[in-house]
Amino acid sequence: MNDKITNWTRSDDAMVETAIRRGATRRELLHMMLAGGVAISAGGLVLGRAGKALAATPVSGGTLKAAGWSSSTADTLDPAKASLSTDYVRCCSFYNRLTFLDKSGTPQMELAEAIESKDAKTWTVKLKNGVTFHDGKPLTADDVVFSLKRHLDPSVGSKVAKIAAQMTGFKAVDKQTVEITLASPNADLPTILSMHHFMIVSDGTTDFTKANGTGAFVKEVFEPGVRSVGIKNKNYWKSGPNVDSFEYFAISDDNARVNALLAGDIHLAAAINPRSMRLVEAQGDGFTLSKTTSGNYTNLNMRLDMEPGNKRDFIEGMKYLVNREQIVKSALRGLGEVGNDQPVSPANFYHDANLKARAFDPEKAKFHFDKAGVLGQSIPIIASDAASSSIDMAMIIQAAGAEIGMKLDVQRVPSDGYWDNYWLKAPIHFGNINPRPTPDILFSLLYTSDAPWNESQYKSEKFDKMLIEARGSLDQEKRKAIYNEMQGMIAQEAGTIIPAYISNVDATTAKLKGLEANPLGGQMGYAFAEYVWLEA
Amino acid sequence: MNSQVLSLVLSRLFVALITLVIVSFAVFFATTLLPGDTATILLGQAATPEAVEGLRKAMHLDEPALFRFLRWLVGLLQGDLGTSYANEMPIAALIAGRFVNTLKLAGVTALFSVPIALTLGITAAMLRGTLYDRIVTVITIGVISVPEFMVATSAALIFAVYLKWLPALSFANEVHSMTDLLRVYAMPVITLTFVVSAQMIRMTRAAVIETLNTPYVEMALLKGASRPRIVFRHALPNALGPIVNAVALSLSYLLGGVIIVETIFNYPGIAKLMLDAVATRDLPLIQSCAMIFCLGYLLLITIADIIAILSNPRLR
Repeated sequence: MNDKITNWTRSDDAMVETAIRRGATRRELLHMMLAGGVAISAGGLVLGRAGKALAATPVSGGTLKAAGWSSSTADTLDPAKASLSTDYVRCCSFYNRLTFLDKSGTPQMELAEAIESKDAKTWTVKLKNGVTFHDGKPLTADDVVFSLKRHLDPSVGSKVAKIAAQMTGFKAVDKQTVEITLASPNADLPTILSMHHFMIVSDGTTDFTKANGTGAFVKEVFEPGVRSVGIKNKNYWKSGPNVDSFEYFAISDDNARVNALLAGDIHLAAAINPRSMRLVEAQGDGFTLSKTTSGNYTNLNMRLDMEPGNKRDFIEGMKYLVNREQIVKSALRGLGEVGNDQPVSPANFYHDANLKARAFDPEKAKFHFDKAGVLGQSIPIIASDAASSSIDMAMIIQAAGAEIGMKLDVQRVPSDGYWDNYWLKAPIHFGNINPRPTPDILFSLLYTSDAPWNESQYKSEKFDKMLIEARGSLDQEKRKAIYNEMQGMIAQEAGTIIPAYISNVDATTAKLKGLEANPLGGQMGYAFAEYVWLEA
Repeated sequence: MNSQVLSLVLSRLFVALITLVIVSFAVFFATTLLPGDTATILLGQAATPEAVEGLRKAMHLDEPALFRFLRWLVGLLQGDLGTSYANEMPIAALIAGRFVNTLKLAGVTALFSVPIALTLGITAAMLRGTLYDRIVTVITIGVISVPEFMVATSAALIFAVYLKWLPALSFANEVHSMTDLLRVYAMPVITLTFVVSAQMIRMTRAAVIETLNTPYVEMALLKGASRPRIVFRHALPNALGPIVNAVALSLSYLLGGVIIVETIFNYPGIAKLMLDAVATRDLPLIQSCAMIFCLGYLLLITIADIIAILSNPRLR
């Protein structure tokens, strides 16, 4: 298809498309392409392809078949226990949450009609009318109280027991109203309730294999480690789903998953390998790749309380030495977005887009290293396969260091035991952090003075105070301003370099329409089954 | 049935029982050596000490492991395989469907691979040293050397992605007719036939060649027997012992070792079940799978021995 271009993928199309939307001029676009190594003569072709907008209306019917990447006998339909993407996808199809996040990362109401609070401590949840479970029972406040309260019971084994622990009081005010009391004010409750574990189940449920939820599909088959089949819920309270039935299973082998898609056995292959992208694109227009950046990242941590991270100029120098563009292009093979040294990803509502990533500047880096007196020393960096892509990143940083006479010694250690033996412990090492839904959770987990995973031992009283202030405030503008400042503080002061946010790519047949990116993760935040449709 | 076969079967039954008990103890001790338990693995990153404690209590994992194992063993004697730790489903139900799948795949594969392997092995031995023999030998050694995932992935790429003759997955497609059945089984069976035949061909060829060198075959030749008669009447019955043993070993592999084929063609058999069980430290499920593999192996070896005895004139 793209005869003269050899290194152009559809993710670059998306980049051009975004640039056009932002109002980029033709000159800027051509500059972008030259940077990507594309000949000018091919420019028109690319622009034409990226500008093609797809407007379509949903079609009903069909059997949707999709494959994730991990499944075992531990697969569960109990939302509290859900641990793999496969579980999330199934829970999203059989149950509903009180809220969900839209593509901009803003919480929207699902089973809740409204969630309100005057002080961010006592919250009133009004439920929608006319919602029924698959067994015909109408949804009431008791179901919501039961669904939330069970996370506090240790025998349930809930994955979000820690986050749920802040909910201290539950009261069914009337049939349609629930009152939730928190231990201390937290304005993020609507976002927290959008996590997949807080799906609403029927009051008193102990056997979750029936998946008696309010969701778009009714469970027909569920065999842990094999597959699940859901049939369209005829009494669904929303409009939809578009497809008649939905089958989901996992193919753990990357190549096999892509082969199954290309052979037409499945409509969606989740999380494909960057190497397989070319294979999919080579098949022509029959397949589509969709990229999601949901906030997973691999970062370089320099402990501020140990040599050499206790020298401010060493930290500054390292931040200038990291070539973020190159890390995205080579270490992540284009599947990522340049990061600006703070953990709130562009997918998050509170991401500060004005906080620019530090430019790669070896001269400035050399100046700071010289000032810190570390030039000529050999400084060890611990990298491991456990923190994905960290070895490639370390190599890129090492090569840049060698150019200016900074000797960085990359020590590659085994994955097994990495998190116990090196992470948080070594003076300079890599970490990998999974997406979290709110800045509050990220900051209190990773950057406050008492954070359990304070990777660089960053301590700031001002930062701690701002976190408490933002948590209790219901004024969104004010919170955004505080979170912006906090992101700036982390980028400037902490010893963590976050060079890029890692993306995830799902491949689908072109027949599958309606798939959008979502900040909660790939496969439309795992909830695609309800929204997509299959064109004949 | 003569008395020799009967006594063999009886002694084998006795040995099998003891073997099963020893294997189950060995598996139990190996399992307890693995780090972590079902509770910590299910909780993953959320495994705080209180959470682990609570879940362990709820799953009765706080009882001593040996006690849980002995209770499972007693249950087994009463025909109860127990309940899975990971998903609280009865193990009999978890295993049943997948064991049938494994048997089906193994059966169909045996149906193709055994006749092919015997034919190629015997003819290669008869035509020893000819171009035909060399081609068969080179191909068999080539096939032994190529890893299974390579054969499976290439087959999927060629027949499913490029030629679009066959589906890439074996299980996700509905089967309505005999043609569907053939299409669905084609690729896993081709892959497994490649893997198991090679060994059988080599063994058959070697065993037949060895008997062809014996004095009584030379005698038959001197008496003017035809070549097919020499091979089938005189050489083969004596070579059958090692051949059926090789066949039994290859087939026992089909019962529990086809994890790669199960993964690549998304075929839910018992090998992947065992792997899942180990990953979640699901003791009753690990034990039950191990018993099945062990029993299958003993059964095949016993059958091989019986065939060897019945076919060998000197043992009869």
